[in-house]
Amino acid sequence: MAKRDLICVSCPIGCAISVELSDSGEVLSVTGNTCKRGESYAKAECTHPERMVTSTVKVEGGRLPVVPVKTSAPIPKELIFKCMQEINKVTLTAPVNIGDVIIKNVLGLGVDVLATNEV
Amino acid sequence: MLNYDLVVVGGGPAGMAAALKAYEDGIKNILILERADTLGGILEQCIHTGFGLHYFGEELSGPEYAGRFIKQVYDTDIDVKVDTMVLDISKDNVVTACNNFDGLLTIQAKAIVLAMGCRERPRGALSIAGCRSSGIMTAGTAQKYVNIDGYMPGKTVVILGSGDIGLIMARRMTLEGAKVKAVCELMPYSGGLTRNIVQCLEDFNIPLRLSCTVVSTHGKDRLEGVTVADVDENLKPIPGTEEYIECDTLMLSVGLIPENELSKNAEISLDRVTSGPVVDEYRETMHKGVFACGNVLQVHDLVDFVTEESQLAGAGAAKFIKGEKNDTHYINTKGENGVRYIVPQRISKSTDKDVKLYFRVGRVYKDVTLKITCQNDVVYTKKKKKMCPGEMEYVVIKTDLINSLPADSTLTVSLKEEA
Repeated sequence: MAKRDLICVSCPIGCAISVELSDSGEVLSVTGNTCKRGESYAKAECTHPERMVTSTVKVEGGRLPVVPVKTSAPIPKELIFKCMQEINKVTLTAPVNIGDVIIKNVLGLGVDVLATNEV
Repeated sequence: MLNYDLVVVGGGPAGMAAALKAYEDGIKNILILERADTLGGILEQCIHTGFGLHYFGEELSGPEYAGRFIKQVYDTDIDVKVDTMVLDISKDNVVTACNNFDGLLTIQAKAIVLAMGCRERPRGALSIAGCRSSGIMTAGTAQKYVNIDGYMPGKTVVILGSGDIGLIMARRMTLEGAKVKAVCELMPYSGGLTRNIVQCLEDFNIPLRLSCTVVSTHGKDRLEGVTVADVDENLKPIPGTEEYIECDTLMLSVGLIPENELSKNAEISLDRVTSGPVVDEYRETMHKGVFACGNVLQVHDLVDFVTEESQLAGAGAAKFIKGEKNDTHYINTKGENGVRYIVPQRISKSTDKDVKLYFRVGRVYKDVTLKITCQNDVVYTKKKKKMCPGEMEYVVIKTDLINSLPADSTLTVSLKEEA
């Protein structure tokens, strides 16, 4: 049995979480978290780490030259740069609103890229 | 002269939350004055997520968090003037401001909320040898270039200081294709949140060098590199440890300073440690009818806490305007033995609610007991596994306890390390 100590990145509190793992890498227990998100973060971190991706996308004709975007859910950590490549291919035309889908089902992950400001 | 019940100086998260709370509490004649061309403050450029988990129970980006409050403000009849600079606040609560549309404005307010936020410590506050080459900027300036202006300020980056904005920018620059070579931190611990060390540095293998600083910059027109060196326990560079790192950009994330020029001109007394006004539990300053909240009062880690604090200020301002805030006796608060400061600095003895005492510790502590005493009586103790300066702490003091304390007594918060 192995033990892993993690800092939860789900929110800025940053709980210190301990995870017990079986020899085959299965999560046996999660302690130290103060919310449900902490538990799912810890499980994911030990099996398939995921992160939210935030960036900006070019906009033509808006009040600003770029609009901020985020993934609608965390994506596998190793695909962050691939996701950035997709985001960087896009150019939008104003107006853009909060929640607009900028890329549907990015990289086939079942996750959308959404605008997070109005431009 | 214009007349308003409440004038809020600053339309960021603090100002908006204070105005909305006062509105909800029955004050309808409110004006928000904002220097930038939109409401939202610094959240507009904080495009990463993690905002709003406490307040909304959702993980939002900065603009989304701000957007919800902006919508609420515009759904009320709170007046807003953007592109407006406040120049002065007088002793009898007259606010002088100016903008291109109205020219010079004078506004008589019954109450004022100060919500001007904070600014970054600039290069001039440090003693780094070298030319004034381009490519040296604060992390927040770089954040504006990338996230608002859509402009990459450099390709190879060294970051001095491990404040949260520096860490966030290390990741942001990496995602946009720059190479972040190192984050140097003068202190033996990081100034930012642990989660940001994990997800901004460790995720991208960016080295965090503790007890290390930039001693000189190289390059005349454009930055070409920096010399870094390890520092000793007195934070002085150790000769012989210098190392040259080639880079075209140096970002500084070396602390935030509450922006209190207006408060100083109004002779509002400030706390020497927080650099923000001295306030009571409703965030009223020592100047009757003037309240302060958000980063102008104390630098926060979380906007959710800014919102919470600002609602207190809004509620306090509403009480004051309605003539319901008649405090006469106060309990003082004080930090000792590792507790650097306490906000609020004083509490009305007759307060009508539980009070959260916010504070920061002076260094990293492990296995400590947090103790609160009043006139030699221990009124509260709590064991803490770990406390660090980068994370704001708080304890809740019950209403009954405060009401039972003698007037003019002092609540002292201190730390005791286990032997």
